[in-house]
Order: sequence, then C-alpha cells, then structure tokens
Amino acid sequence: MASLKDIRRKIVAVSKTKQITRAMNMVAASKLKAAQLRMENFRPYALRFMDVLTSLALRVDPETHPLLAVRDPKRIRVIIMTSDRGLCGGFNTNLIKAAERFVREKIAEGKEVQLIAVGRKGRDYFRKKVKLAKDWSDVFGKFDITLAVKISDDIIPPFMQAEYDELYVIYNEFRNIAIQRPAVVRLFPLPPIGKDEDTEPTARIDYIYEPSDEILLGKLLPMYVHVLIFRALLETSAGENGARMVSMDNATKNCEEMIQSLTLRMNKARQATITAELMDIVGGTEALSKS
Amino acid sequence: MADELMLEIVTPEKMAFSGKIEEVTIPGSEGEFGVLRGHAALLSAIDVGELNFTKDGKKTYYAVNTGYTEVTTGKVTILVETAERADAIDKERAKKAKDNAEAKLSKLPKEDVEYELMRAALARAITRISVADKHA
Repeated sequence: MASLKDIRRKIVAVSKTKQITRAMNMVAASKLKAAQLRMENFRPYALRFMDVLTSLALRVDPETHPLLAVRDPKRIRVIIMTSDRGLCGGFNTNLIKAAERFVREKIAEGKEVQLIAVGRKGRDYFRKKVKLAKDWSDVFGKFDITLAVKISDDIIPPFMQAEYDELYVIYNEFRNIAIQRPAVVRLFPLPPIGKDEDTEPTARIDYIYEPSDEILLGKLLPMYVHVLIFRALLETSAGENGARMVSMDNATKNCEEMIQSLTLRMNKARQATITAELMDIVGGTEALSKS
Repeated sequence: MADELMLEIVTPEKMAFSGKIEEVTIPGSEGEFGVLRGHAALLSAIDVGELNFTKDGKKTYYAVNTGYTEVTTGKVTILVETAERADAIDKERAKKAKDNAEAKLSKLPKEDVEYELMRAALARAITRISVADKHA
C-alpha cells in the first residue's frame, strides 16, 4: 500500500492538473464563442454571394469556365484541414483516420494523390508518410479571409492549367459544440451552380452587367472558392474549440473523481497509521503493567 | 418611392456599414462610378480601390478589396472581401507592406507566378495609404 506521503503528493499533482484543464476549458469556451460569432457574421455574406452567383450562373453557360471543367480524374489533390494544437479529444484523430481511408481508396482506384495540409496536426502526421504538396501550419491562431485567398491562390492556377483534375477538402463539419463530423467535399471541379433550382426567369431583374456577364462570372468564381474555403476554416476553428471545451470538461471531471478516490485512500491510510500507533501504545502499556 | 438610397457594405467578417445615404462612389473594375438614387439595376465587379459615400452631407472613405456590387431600385449592396474605414487603417503597416511589395517586385521576373500576387499586394497597400491620407 502506498504511503500516506505518496498519496498526498499525488493529490496535489492531480489538483494542479485539474486547475490547468479547467483553465483550458474556459479559454476554449470563450474562443468557441468568438468563432461562432464569426460564423454568424459570415452567413449574410455567403448567402448574398450565393444569390448573385446563382442568378449569374443561370444566365451564362457556366460550363465554359475552366474552374468547372470536368476531366477524367486521374490526378487528385486533397486538402486535409486539422487544427494546429492538440488536446481536443478525437477531433484530429477522427479526421486523419477518415482522410487516410479516403486517400487509400483513391490510390486503390489507381489514382495519383497529392496531399495539402492545413493545420499543424495533419502536417505532422502525414509528412512522415508522404511528401506533402504544400502545407499551411500555425494559421488558426488568428486568421481572416486573406488566408482563404492565399490557399485559393495556391490551388486555383494549377487546376486551371490542368495540372490536376480533382480537388477534395476533408474537414470537420461543425454540427454543434459536442458533435463534429469529418466531411469530404469535392471542391474542383466546382459543382454546377443553381442548376437544380427552378427560378422563374421572369422574376429575375435584368441587370446592366459591367463588365460582361461572362467575365463577371469568371471574377466571381474564384471568390466562390474563397467562400467555400473560408467556411471550412471557420467550421474547423469552431469545432476545434468545441471539441477542446468538451474534452477539457471531461478531464476536469476525471480529475475530481481521482481526487475523491485518492482522498478516500489517504484517509484510510491515515486511519491505519493511527490505529497502528494506538495498538503500539496500548500494547506497550499492557506489557508495562504486567511486569 | 425612390427618394432614398440604402447602402450595405458586407464583408465576410461583418456588416461593415448599413444605412441611408445620398451618394456612393464605387471603384468598379471598369472604372470608378457614382450611384445616386434611382440608378438602373446594375451588377458590377469591384477592384481594389477607394470607395466613398456621402451621408448627411459628410463623406466617408473606405479602402476595399475585390468583390462586386449589386444595385437595385433604392438599394446598393456591396460585397467585398475586405473593407477598412479610413480612420481604422494602420498607415505604418500599409507603408511597410508597400515597401516590402516594391522590394520583391524589383527582384521578381515578370513571368513568375508571384509577380501578379505581389502587384496586387502593392495596389492594395497604395490604396490604403491614399485612403488613410484622405481621413487626415
């Protein structure tokens, strides 16, 4: 049985850990709030943008744009979006697992796959196994739309020049604070826009287009890519902090449980020493009185 | 009915401005143009540049980045990736960005993929400086 001193030391250690996990929980909670606010603020932009893009895509034949070009998918690129930091439960592990499965399937189909890592955890995992085409690390601390623009600037030109045929993004979809699911989304070729909707042609306003509607669409499509990537970045950032909040909450609870059971053991051990000492004294006096 | 003009400037981060105005000047990709109330429906691309609007006789300046504008009866919606009001611009940082971009541009060959990016960065920095000057 561990000595009284050992147990005491352990209790102190666990309660220190508890302090840290609780602090991390609170930091994650406030970061999550900020991230959710950003998602909220992004919505009007995304909605309006989609409205205009859809109405524009209905007017011009969108198949003409190189970003929508469908080619036989032989060469594939995959963006794997993880967080930069750990201690957020299964957030990155689940995503990496899903990504690995996806990549394996594609390779089994005889396709050439290149990986792009966004976030340090994904980079650290995959760079040991394969050569990454590009990686963006330590970006989630503070980011804005310019990060999405930078990533897009890196992926759009090679696609337009047919250096690769398909692009997928694997990221954690933010369902709610407790649930994030890895999602695989095809980014290039861009999915046809607004084709499934039946908007009354008469209900649309006839705009003056400046420059021509086709050039305008060409300008808006890269912005559409920015919107999609930015949304994935926001969801990853919110999901990371949500996952960290939950896992740190669990850790704090586990620490409490541990402290409780250790305290119990400590008290028992103390009781045992006292009893032993008492027995000694009683035994001693009895021996003395007999003589 | 069309005796007022609503302006909305929307960025991915926030609604930068929303309110009634008298006139707005927009840096369209085909050149700068002004919009008054009763303007015909228009959809135009926006390039890096200076945007200003008059509200209650007072002009406000913004440095904006690529996007588009949608003009309908009595309403102007501006969707840009960034919009900074003149008094919120960090001029020192803009100057540094400009010097940095110029230094890089002088070294890069024109065919380099980075050339276009650096040129755009330079344009952004110059715009920000000139907009910040307007405020002072």
